[in-house]
Amino acid sequence: MPDQTVPHFKVVGHSEPKVDAYALVTGKPVFVEDVDVDGSLHIAFLTSPHAHAQIIEIDTSRAEVLPGVALILTHENTPTRRYTTAGQGYPEPSPYDARMFDNTVRFVGDRVAAVAAETLEIAHAAVRLIDVQYETLPAVLSIDAALAVDAPVIHDEDDATGIHEAARNTVSVVKVDVGDIEAGFARSAAVVEIVCETQYAQHAPIEPHVVQGYLDNDGRLVLVSSTQVPFHARRIVSRVLDLPLYKVRVIKPRIGGGFGVKQEILLEDVVGLVTMRTGRPSLAVLSRPEEFFASRTRHPMRVRVKLGAGNDGVLRAVDMEVISNTGAYGSHALTVMSNVGSKTLPLYNKASDVRFDGKTVYTNMPVGGAYRGYGATQGYFALETAMDELAEDLAMDPVELRRRNHIRVGETSPIFEAIGEGKAGVEQMVKSCELEQCIDIGAERIGWDAKHGARRRDGSWVHGVGMSVHMQGSGIADVDMAAATIKMNDDGSFNLLIGATDLGTGSDTILGQIAAEVLGVPLAKIIVYSSDTDVTPFDTGAYASSTTYVSGNAVRIVAEQVRDQILEVASFMLDEEAARLRIGSERVASPMGESVTLEDVGLRALYATDQVQIGATASYVGAESPPPFLASFAEVAVDTETGQVKIIDYVAAADCGVPINPAAAEGQLEGAVANGIGYALTEEMLISDHGRVRNPTFFDYKIPAAPDLPRIRAILIDSYEPTGPMGAKSIAEIGINAPIPTIANAIYDAVGVRLRTTPFTPERVLDALEGIQQNG
Amino acid sequence: MKQTIALTINGTRRSIETELGETLLEVLRRNGMKSVKLGCDTGDCGACAVLLDGSAVNACMVLAVAADGKDVDTVEGLEHDGRLHPMQQAMIDVGAVQCGFCTPGILMSGIDLLSRNPDPTEDEVREALAGNLCRCTGYVKQVDVILATARLQAGETDA
Ligand code: FES
Ligand code: FES
Repeated sequence: MPDQTVPHFKVVGHSEPKVDAYALVTGKPVFVEDVDVDGSLHIAFLTSPHAHAQIIEIDTSRAEVLPGVALILTHENTPTRRYTTAGQGYPEPSPYDARMFDNTVRFVGDRVAAVAAETLEIAHAAVRLIDVQYETLPAVLSIDAALAVDAPVIHDEDDATGIHEAARNTVSVVKVDVGDIEAGFARSAAVVEIVCETQYAQHAPIEPHVVQGYLDNDGRLVLVSSTQVPFHARRIVSRVLDLPLYKVRVIKPRIGGGFGVKQEILLEDVVGLVTMRTGRPSLAVLSRPEEFFASRTRHPMRVRVKLGAGNDGVLRAVDMEVISNTGAYGSHALTVMSNVGSKTLPLYNKASDVRFDGKTVYTNMPVGGAYRGYGATQGYFALETAMDELAEDLAMDPVELRRRNHIRVGETSPIFEAIGEGKAGVEQMVKSCELEQCIDIGAERIGWDAKHGARRRDGSWVHGVGMSVHMQGSGIADVDMAAATIKMNDDGSFNLLIGATDLGTGSDTILGQIAAEVLGVPLAKIIVYSSDTDVTPFDTGAYASSTTYVSGNAVRIVAEQVRDQILEVASFMLDEEAARLRIGSERVASPMGESVTLEDVGLRALYATDQVQIGATASYVGAESPPPFLASFAEVAVDTETGQVKIIDYVAAADCGVPINPAAAEGQLEGAVANGIGYALTEEMLISDHGRVRNPTFFDYKIPAAPDLPRIRAILIDSYEPTGPMGAKSIAEIGINAPIPTIANAIYDAVGVRLRTTPFTPERVLDALEGIQQNG
Repeated sequence: MKQTIALTINGTRRSIETELGETLLEVLRRNGMKSVKLGCDTGDCGACAVLLDGSAVNACMVLAVAADGKDVDTVEGLEHDGRLHPMQQAMIDVGAVQCGFCTPGILMSGIDLLSRNPDPTEDEVREALAGNLCRCTGYVKQVDVILATARLQAGETDA
């Protein structure tokens, strides 16, 4: 049950309309590309047709003379400093292995040149006039090829740093051993071991990456960018272009979705350099095909999981081995791979013997990056499918097996401390967890007891149910920092300035709600502004499920400071000790019933007596990363003739602490599950023998549309996270991890085949079905 | 080669100069209708959906000259006298807007559906949205918005 001390909230916990909803439903020009900048140049890219090649010669002379071409950038006239495109905290735990333009290209889609011209058509025409002579190099096009003894070396340059073992194409390695894994298995009554493989998938935000640059009147570079990480973008652009940081300003307006792919610095450097060199505004937008082949993807992985349990079902030993394919550059290579273990293994903390062995390799394939779920998605496929098999071996209900093993309040796991993100993690105790209730309610809603094992037939279709359980985190403990500024106006309204980056998640709204709650005003009186590196305080950005928890705590703290300043002023006005005053309903009241309005306080503070700007800035760093929890259930129907899988019903019951805005939290869960269903069933970047993405369009890369999905049932089970702002934890990522194992387990329940490779296409299902027939 | 076409955009007749091969999407955006979004340029995402003579089309797939003499309606024209279209209001109230990049296209498809079928089932709403991709919401609340708007409008006509 939720803690008895859960306070009663007025603004928090209510589904307030989003602060940007009016602008969005009326189609106001709020996205980067909606604001025309006079005289802007348009940028087009020439990308590599080869998976691995050396540029021998690049001749831009024919392109340069094309009327309307302003500037052409290649490796011959651009900065050579190596960096990482990953927008992470500094120093980034990703290797510095990328150059703005390099004379070696490492995947089909790698940058070769950029043209800035008066129109996009001219820029494209000029791109076609650039002559490049390549000497092709042997390419590495699979995990196995990367690991082969005599594999071609992908990063043999001597100025790259942070690569674990470049000569062996190994970007990063993490090994953790708790207890004695072999002894753990020896003590186990049942042992299962499986290997799962996941595919290349793309985030596919409907708004592609877009950056508009211009020089302000003082000659500073302004980049208006669809970025999740404005402050990291500023730092990285400053590094790459060797421009003092104070000369760069990054503004993030409304963003059309990100899901991690906009945590990457893909256009800001080029737009910045074009604008600096030409003195003119410039605009770059990735086309949809470029979005697929040249931006970032989910790291494909091979994950082996071995579980050992006693006859009571309690896990004794968990062994997880991960090989992650980061493609041509090591963006998020170490941290995504680390999260495969760190976000999954603590869930089953009863196991005393745990081993994690992770490795990330380079290939000449599309580049991995941050993607909602961040490794946990890949890890849970293997872990939760293995749990299903273990349940079967033990003749135990899979639901019951989860109940016997999951972490609970007051418990910890050594993995929290053992695996961090580029450094050691942080020890933590679980302080809120309603996973048990999530499991009970989810099982009831899907009709688990009646449906599991029933294999209802309907012509050639067979129904089955599956489930899985999950945890994630709330920010990166000890790393992520967020700051917030509040200032009070003369009418008792407030400006809330946050570096936190709303990319469509609703974070501006929920952060406004937290401020409104503390200050005792309706949400309308909080004017929320995010994010602009010149104006808003620092925030690491929107990733790692950090905003509600980390930025939310910063907002709570600063709002409390501002409230105390208000009480201070009011105490003079009411002639009463500040400690005895209460704020609420836009007033400050004394215990005697006397009160002043916030407008009175604001006017006095700014104009009357002892004038002062009521306002403050506060920061927050999470000392821990409290996990949200999720129990996921699906009913599927499998067509035994065609192999097609239909999702009949989907229930996702999550504990995200106190949901600050329930509708927004449900929306996060529904959207994440929908994305996960696509990842489970249809989404796959098909890569040719030459390393080319064969399906870089929405026609050929199928993301779920409304008729493909059931009515996803998102259920929020409140807990109260004592370290969270108003009891809140994160919700943004966790839902995406669930569909793959949930659906895999449901398919097994229906037709008795175990799928180990995603996505579960009709062909794969049919192959598996034929496999059983042959064996049987 | 330039050509002048006549378009009635949200009720206002305009004469517009277009370049050869320009799409309706480009012309509309160039003329300030920024609600019309470019998500793919291949007719697969519906972010650019507008009403052409009352029916939803993907503006990226229509040559501007083919719209000559026709009526075009975009989200910019939905608000009247400071009052939002009920479907816009429902989007806000239900919490169906996340990033909002797909929202204008969803609104146009939803309005198109209700003009043809004022009392759709949930499945019919989902089918009508088949060409509108949304990566944020999972469609649950967007479908609810269209169903709620249909109920509201039915109530209004009954009364
Ligand atoms: S931009 Fe027209 S359908 Fe995608
Ligand atoms: S709300 Fe973001 S794409 Fe639909």
